[in-house]
Amino acid sequence: MSTSHGPLLPQAFRGAGSASFTEFLAAHDPGLLPSSRYLSGTVSTEVPHATTIIAVTYQGGVIMAGDRRATMGNLIAQRDIEKVFAADEFSCIGIAGTAGIAIEVVRLFQVELEHYEKIEGVQLSLDGKANRLASMLRGNLGLAMQGLAVVPLFAGFDSETQVGRMFSYDVTGGRYEEHAFHAIGSGSMFARGSLKKLWFPGIDEVRAVSVCLQALYDAADDDSATGGPDVARGIYPVVVRVDAAGFQRIAESETSAAVELILSGRRSQPDGPRAAAQE
Amino acid sequence: MSVPYYVSPEQIIKDKADYARKGIARGRSVVVLQYDDGILFVAENPSRALHKISEIYDRIAFAAVGKYNEFENLRVAGVRLADLRGYSYDRRDVSGRSLANAYAQTLGTIFTEMPKPFEVELVVAELGEESADDQLYRLTFDGSVADEHGFVAMGGSVELISGLLAERWLPGLNLAAGLALAIAVLAGDDRTLAADQLEVAVLERSRQQRKFRRITGPTLSALIPETAPIAEPTVDTEPTA
Repeated sequence: MSTSHGPLLPQAFRGAGSASFTEFLAAHDPGLLPSSRYLSGTVSTEVPHATTIIAVTYQGGVIMAGDRRATMGNLIAQRDIEKVFAADEFSCIGIAGTAGIAIEVVRLFQVELEHYEKIEGVQLSLDGKANRLASMLRGNLGLAMQGLAVVPLFAGFDSETQVGRMFSYDVTGGRYEEHAFHAIGSGSMFARGSLKKLWFPGIDEVRAVSVCLQALYDAADDDSATGGPDVARGIYPVVVRVDAAGFQRIAESETSAAVELILSGRRSQPDGPRAAAQE
Repeated sequence: MSVPYYVSPEQIIKDKADYARKGIARGRSVVVLQYDDGILFVAENPSRALHKISEIYDRIAFAAVGKYNEFENLRVAGVRLADLRGYSYDRRDVSGRSLANAYAQTLGTIFTEMPKPFEVELVVAELGEESADDQLYRLTFDGSVADEHGFVAMGGSVELISGLLAERWLPGLNLAAGLALAIAVLAGDDRTLAADQLEVAVLERSRQQRKFRRITGPTLSALIPETAPIAEPTVDTEPTA
């Protein structure tokens, strides 16, 4: 570290190289990479874990939402953690798994995308971004095998095809494009069940936000590691939108209003809106 | 038989400086000036791909004249330095001053130790919270740094352009007025510059986190009201140094 912050630019900075920040770090200061941590033995669950993340496509883009709970074994580690971030101007990333490493991966990924854009003068394609993330996860495989897994959900607006797309990952760096909707994390199976019934093709933005919040509510209903909306403290899920205009976090006033609507509906129907059985 | 030459250190430094100055003076010019909402960069540059103006970090931008491969090398190093520092500390800890220092040390070392000095001149600009906090550092081929206020010109006819800017630049110009002034001083009296001969970018105070924005295409044309329909062929300025 000390050499990198001296007044003179070291040769490593001036050498011709790739436009990847991760590759630069690996050559110049590998200690800063999350994949450089080595542990002996396995780690218990006594480190914070982040849980449910949802993404759905809608006409014009993609919505991503995440609950606000981090757990540490049976304890709640944090009630207002944020797990959905802007990756760059036209993409977002949500994380499940070991919170500390996941947040580090997100920070590195954000710098990676911005670094490429500055060096090359153009943004990476959406598939390029998704592949970069896959290779960063691959570097994390050793930690994942010891119990410190990080699984992100990546979504963005593809400027070539003008649609919202999303990608899920596994700990080995496998990259899978998902269509319509997807959920990751401990509450994901409940969220996906909910999304299956509520999402429909051609859904508009307002409904898509509502569907995400309903699905998160259902996940929190059955999964203790997923936090429901905390009305008393004013803690609501983080909801973001990526469309042709770029990344935009949906204002808390809007999400809180949508949550109030859901809560009032659930007072009479605790299990949420009913899908029609016939047809 | 042969007697080794003795060349005095003064002569070596002078020769290198003359060499670098000549190289820089052959290129077209860049103007950097403060306007009411930030810092404006205007370069006479017909290339859409080989930039003279670039983003370094959230509030920091870079402009250069001279040999492309040499300033590109410094630009990439600056982006790496800024991104590394921002990643290992925090985004707020990346400052234009430390970057200008790193460039100054590097250029100084190259100037004294290498047989061929870099034929480049740079501006590192950092946007402050208000225009009084804006910083403009001008770096020359030998590593000297000057802290400028209001405006900086570099490249070919720098003395002429700086003189014109000193007469005509005023604090609090708006973007269109600043751009018009920059284009007027770059073009001189006997020619006009069209949008496709210019590279224009701003560090804009009103933007979110990343303040750098390129102004291109229709946005740029709209900002230049009196674009001459037929621009005269550009003539490279004769070396003046």
